[in-house]
Amino acid sequence: MSVESSRSEQYPLRRREVVGRLLADRGDALVVAGLGAPAWDVTAAGDDPLNFPLWGAMGGAVSMGLGLALAQPRRRVIVITGDGEMLMGLGSLATVAACQPSNLAIVVLDNERYGETGMQHTHTAGDTDLVAIAGAAGISRVHRVLTGEHLNDACVHLVQDTGPMFFGVKVRAEALPLVLPPKDGAWLKDRFRLALLGESSVNG
Amino acid sequence: MNEPASWQQDIFDVLMDHDMRMVAYVPDAGHIGLIDACQSDPDVTTVPLTTEEEGIALLSGAWLGGARGALLMQSSGAGNCMNMLSLAKVCRFPLLMLITMRGQWGEFNPWQVPMGQTTAEMLKLAGVITFGVDDGGDVRDTVGAAARMSVHGNAATAVLISQRLLGAKTFGN
Ligand SMILES: Cc1ncc(C[n+]2csc(CCOP(=O)(O)OP(=O)(O)O)c2C)c(N)n1
Ligand SMILES: [Mg+2]
Repeated sequence: MSVESSRSEQYPLRRREVVGRLLADRGDALVVAGLGAPAWDVTAAGDDPLNFPLWGAMGGAVSMGLGLALAQPRRRVIVITGDGEMLMGLGSLATVAACQPSNLAIVVLDNERYGETGMQHTHTAGDTDLVAIAGAAGISRVHRVLTGEHLNDACVHLVQDTGPMFFGVKVRAEALPLVLPPKDGAWLKDRFRLALLGESSVNG
Repeated sequence: MNEPASWQQDIFDVLMDHDMRMVAYVPDAGHIGLIDACQSDPDVTTVPLTTEEEGIALLSGAWLGGARGALLMQSSGAGNCMNMLSLAKVCRFPLLMLITMRGQWGEFNPWQVPMGQTTAEMLKLAGVITFGVDDGGDVRDTVGAAARMSVHGNAATAVLISQRLLGAKTFGN
């Protein structure tokens, strides 16, 4: 594998700040977070009943967001996941394109590493380009986010544009303190449905 | 459009009775009539998948948003789902998988046999309640039972539709 092994250690964007900025104006958006560090980043921005942080199901974050977006066409759905998690479910980008949900945004925090398992290089440390893949899968609104200025633009697009949208955010490879969300899946599910759909949805 | 066989129409009716209007699939010939019936109903959202495991995550997300659905596949697709089934189990998401069997009854293609022979056991190991159906006349009740247990019991369920019912594919042999 041809790899520029350390370039992502120099990237200016820091993942916690990126997620904090993107979620600052979330309003009533629904958020699905991919396993590991992206789930910790989303939780660091504020635990919320309308977050669904995954602790497993690697490769499934985008599909989960798609199902949610189709079920709730009037709510914005934001999937925030890692490059490793996205690589395991690349086909789901084509499925998003087949459905063209106008309320779905996908944000990949691309540190070019499998952070959770010891910072091994992912394919994006080489020549693999997730933004190009998302575009070629059929998602027309794709954004490459490399700088603070790009991030400012991304925050505007996220709120104003119709989806589906894909943001490939190059973030610095860094290990940060864990900020763990609740981890009982059944409880997270009921908490989410209670907040979104009301009492009868968990007590029916 | 391929007219659904009567047992496929029965499945369609059960799905509608249970308000399961998101139907995700990787196609199998055994599901042709059902997929066509779903696609021609404007109240049904059909989602073509690139791999069956997407459907488990998709329908879990749909349930979070208050929508119900079902996942159609052939038996080889069940093997693609193994890790993703942990999402259904650990979160107790309702799941209804409708699986047309290959590699089971008079199979011509040996490449279908390993997965067809392990589908039921594999699903059970993953915590999925599995039902088998051999006779077209039993499809309605069996799918209805599985649908009820999934949406009312937060259970992962699968109905394995026998190759005997479907007729084995022979490629002219
Ligand atoms: C099916 C499966 N394979 C492997 C793992 C181990 N694993 C957990 S997190 C992870 C890496 C995630 O990397 P990425 O999505 O890029 O997140 P990062 O920590 O780099 O932000 C891996 C390989 C797993 N949990 N499930
Ligand atoms: Mg990563």
